[in-house]
Amino acid sequence: MSKLTELRRAQQADRRRRQLMLWVAFAVTLVLLPFAATNFGLTILTQICIASVFALAYNMLLGQGGMLSFGHAVYFGLGGYLVMHVMKFVGDGLPVPMVFMPVFGGIFGLIMGIIVGSFSTRRSGTVFAMISLGIAELVAGCALIIVSFFGGEEGVSADRTKGISFFGYHLAQQIEVYFFAAFWFFVATFMMYRFSRTPAGRMANAVRDNPERVEFVGYSQRRVRFVSFAASAFFAGLAGGMFAIQYEIVTEAAVNAVASGQVLLQAYIGGIGFFVGPIVGAIALTLLSTVVSGATELWLLYAGLIFVGTVLFVPQGLTGLIMMHARAWRNGRLGSLIVPYLLSGIPLIATLIGIIGLLEMTAFVEKAGVGDTVMRLYYTELDTSSWAPWLGFAALTIAGLLMLRFARPGLKAAWERANGTVSAPSEATPTSSIVREQAAE
Amino acid sequence: METVVFSLLNGLVYGLLLFLLASGLTVIFSMMGVLNFAHASFYMLGAYFAYSISLKIGYWPALFIAPVIVGIVGAVVERYGLRHVHKFGHVPELIFTFGLAFLLEEIVQFVWGRDQKPYRGPEELSGPLFELFGSSFPAYKMFMLLISVAIFIALLVVLNRTRIGLIIQAAINQPQVVAMLGHNVPLIFMMTFGVGTALAGVAGVIAGPVLGTYPAMGIELGSIVFVVVVLGGLGSLIGAFAASLIIGFVQTFAIAVNGTLADVFAKFGIIVTRDTVLHDIWFATLPQVAPLLPYLMLILVLIFRPLGLFGTRET
Repeated sequence: MSKLTELRRAQQADRRRRQLMLWVAFAVTLVLLPFAATNFGLTILTQICIASVFALAYNMLLGQGGMLSFGHAVYFGLGGYLVMHVMKFVGDGLPVPMVFMPVFGGIFGLIMGIIVGSFSTRRSGTVFAMISLGIAELVAGCALIIVSFFGGEEGVSADRTKGISFFGYHLAQQIEVYFFAAFWFFVATFMMYRFSRTPAGRMANAVRDNPERVEFVGYSQRRVRFVSFAASAFFAGLAGGMFAIQYEIVTEAAVNAVASGQVLLQAYIGGIGFFVGPIVGAIALTLLSTVVSGATELWLLYAGLIFVGTVLFVPQGLTGLIMMHARAWRNGRLGSLIVPYLLSGIPLIATLIGIIGLLEMTAFVEKAGVGDTVMRLYYTELDTSSWAPWLGFAALTIAGLLMLRFARPGLKAAWERANGTVSAPSEATPTSSIVREQAAE
Repeated sequence: METVVFSLLNGLVYGLLLFLLASGLTVIFSMMGVLNFAHASFYMLGAYFAYSISLKIGYWPALFIAPVIVGIVGAVVERYGLRHVHKFGHVPELIFTFGLAFLLEEIVQFVWGRDQKPYRGPEELSGPLFELFGSSFPAYKMFMLLISVAIFIALLVVLNRTRIGLIIQAAINQPQVVAMLGHNVPLIFMMTFGVGTALAGVAGVIAGPVLGTYPAMGIELGSIVFVVVVLGGLGSLIGAFAASLIIGFVQTFAIAVNGTLADVFAKFGIIVTRDTVLHDIWFATLPQVAPLLPYLMLILVLIFRPLGLFGTRET
């Protein structure tokens, strides 16, 4: 008996120590990252911090509470707008350092979340999704009509360097803005993680998985959803405040349906079943929208393909894809997967190169003027008027697909060996359990 | 008088067009339990296919060919996309159709470009049909009206008077029982999805020349169609019909009537000036807020009557 409790206590202490180390590592990474980045890189890092907070806030609804919202940018954008106005007051002499601005955004998001949540969280599922869509369209429309608050088409802008300084810092340089964003990113992530471990956060999971049973246990599913919703709106508003500081302008684009869709994309591609999933998704899509968009005009098409591909084939998201290997790693057989991965990975990359090549060349031909036939792709010059590159890419695609087909059985066998599937049923990832439960309904 | 008559006619045309989309969406929803976010994207595909076909062989063949192609695309999406996601549950299904809407818009931009296409109706219908109080009513709009009514009647007859309609109605309510009776329910689902998207395609073919053929046309109409099916009650065809007409009339009348809340207040002796609080709201004109009215109605209905006007089920 005493030995058992001792063992448990030791385990708990161990877990706590490991968690602490993770948080420390997270903080150290945030501090060290800018030293490896250029000025452009700093902007991207700042964007990633903002997008991550927003995506994490969104996942409090979708991943942890099972509520699908098509209008969460409302709270993000409204938080941003309010911060813009507070920033103007600061410019007129309100003695608050700019670094605390996100708090105002969060509080405004919370107020709006309480108002909207009071009626929208009565039901989950389709009705909730529809209300969120309606609210999103209404607010986006109002943003163009109510000029005194939203500033119409031009939006609202202010200067972040005004007002009293924070220990001598005025957020004048991008590096200062980055540390400001990284600080709030860390604080918000920590708070959201702690929230997911409170009874309210745990009950949100329960309501997601089995609302009926929650009611029988004595909880009101509506109250649980409402609490999650309000908390999520708070963090979305906080992210909006960070956004306002970074860009110094907030327009209708921050509240509209596109912004709402984007955060859904980020959370889902990253993996809604994991706490860190949205961060992974935010990183991936921010890189796509900054780095890849500089290289190709088709990046939105690729984003769409990735999104639909994720929903169809990897519903557990990028994080789920990584976490799938936890078991093989514990078995000490992760190394045995390298060769089969290379065998399928190379044809996969070949296929992707082929498809992207064909798409890029088609896009080029459609845009190009008469006689303009040479384009740069993959660091080489291609002549789109000759048949060679077309045939080459097509051959690459088909060959890649064929080889993928051949490599599949080997990959599957290696996967089963590495996981030791014979001994026990495969471990359930959080997403797969949501997915299964919903399928069972 | 003139405004009233023309708004009525325009509202009817627009409302029936909405019904072409809403009917397919409603039947698909009742059967498979999934709200197809991408439904209006098939409307967009219809317009673009018809545009390309009409350039080659004219408008009339396009009117028949384009919806068929759209229907086939829809059936393929159901067979290889939705059916696969279905086992993950409703939320992933909704997310899938959302992603599909996004992807289809990008594909259309990739193939046809970002700008509006000069898609036109047939030469024969380009003139006015009749003149009333000095304004003319285009023949093409009457043609749209007739097509919509014809499809509405055909749909009613098929659903209520034929064997396949009977099976569809049964599959809407009790898919498992229908499967046990030996019907191929997945096939019925696929066909229904195909026909529903083909109806959206028809709407695209006939509305493209009037409302414009551009990449955002699907997303823009899509949320309105959502409002229609939710307002009418999810799964109710009659409700979808009523809600289509309501939204159609609301939209056209709101654009035709010029007024602000400040005018209304003035009637009651309350004078609102530019210095009053929230003056933006009181001075917003009705045509300005017209696009927002459907969403306002949607939210109010969902709060006070989540089943919609004629609905009987929630999810």
